[in-house]
Amino acid sequence: MRLDLLAALNAERAARRACVLITELGGGVQRLVKAEDVPGDLMEAALEPALRSGKSGTVEFDGKSYFLTVQVPAVRLVLIGAVHISQALAPIAKLCGLDPVIVDPRTAFASPERFPDVELIAEWPDAVLDRAPLDRYSAIALLTHDPKIDDPALERALKAECFYIGALGSRKTHGRRLERMRAKGFSEAALARIHAPIGLDIGAVSPAEIAVSIAGEMIRALRQKPLRSEEKAA
Amino acid sequence: MLSTEQDILAAAEDWRSKGRDVAIATVVETWGSAPRPVGSHLVIDAEGNFLGSVSGGCVEGEVVTEALDVIAAGAPKMLEFGVADETAWKAGLSCGGRIKVYVERLD
Repeated sequence: MRLDLLAALNAERAARRACVLITELGGGVQRLVKAEDVPGDLMEAALEPALRSGKSGTVEFDGKSYFLTVQVPAVRLVLIGAVHISQALAPIAKLCGLDPVIVDPRTAFASPERFPDVELIAEWPDAVLDRAPLDRYSAIALLTHDPKIDDPALERALKAECFYIGALGSRKTHGRRLERMRAKGFSEAALARIHAPIGLDIGAVSPAEIAVSIAGEMIRALRQKPLRSEEKAA
Repeated sequence: MLSTEQDILAAAEDWRSKGRDVAIATVVETWGSAPRPVGSHLVIDAEGNFLGSVSGGCVEGEVVTEALDVIAAGAPKMLEFGVADETAWKAGLSCGGRIKVYVERLD
């Protein structure tokens, strides 16, 4: 492997961008393809599914074997609201290999006793998300029902094109939320990406059941189709 | 600390940048019950220091020995370990799986 290729791969990772290192197993010839360059690449048909699954593996192309070292950022899950649903959703997300963090400025909710094994930040979402910005490999669930806590996070999630944006609340609550976002200048296409009412329709009742339905919806958004920004790039 | 494959690759870059001779071993195929998934890395220097893993510790010794050859010769090598293989018994891939490991020099 050439040091410059390895350095480029590590730089992409540091910037939380996906890429694929292609190694021809016969002769050892290598090249690095950044996610943004996958559409139009001659091996696009093999690279696109590899990027989506995030799994390294061997592929055959044009009679030769190639090993794809796939590098995708770890999926981050931001839960806005240290609420009952979050208590169930955080451990489920961990089991699924996501990296959850809970943000809630209300210290009565955001107490370590309620959330013993998960990263918990008792600050306003705008401060937290400006410090550690969201990206396409982030999922976010807005769970407070409180516009002054949820909305600043939602604006940042829409701008960052998070692969999953879910918002808790009745259709009426969501209708008012959409009005506020329209007033901020977001397009209908952007707003259509918000999953609301949140979660798959499995008739969930308890907080834990709702957490399962949200986790299922997130996994579907992650695994079943190309990320929205990738569709746009294609 | 060095928990992910990327952390191991970052260490490889760091070692090479500091002038050490380095080889990277990558699990490229597994069959049956293999302890480490495809894409796992082991990074080796010319003194035999290594980071990461390609198995549960069963064949690392063998891979390190081969990596020293690759560092000296420069050409990449494909190694295969499995129960059907004498060497694998010797190296002890006791889980019953088979793995293919690609070893290359970092230039």
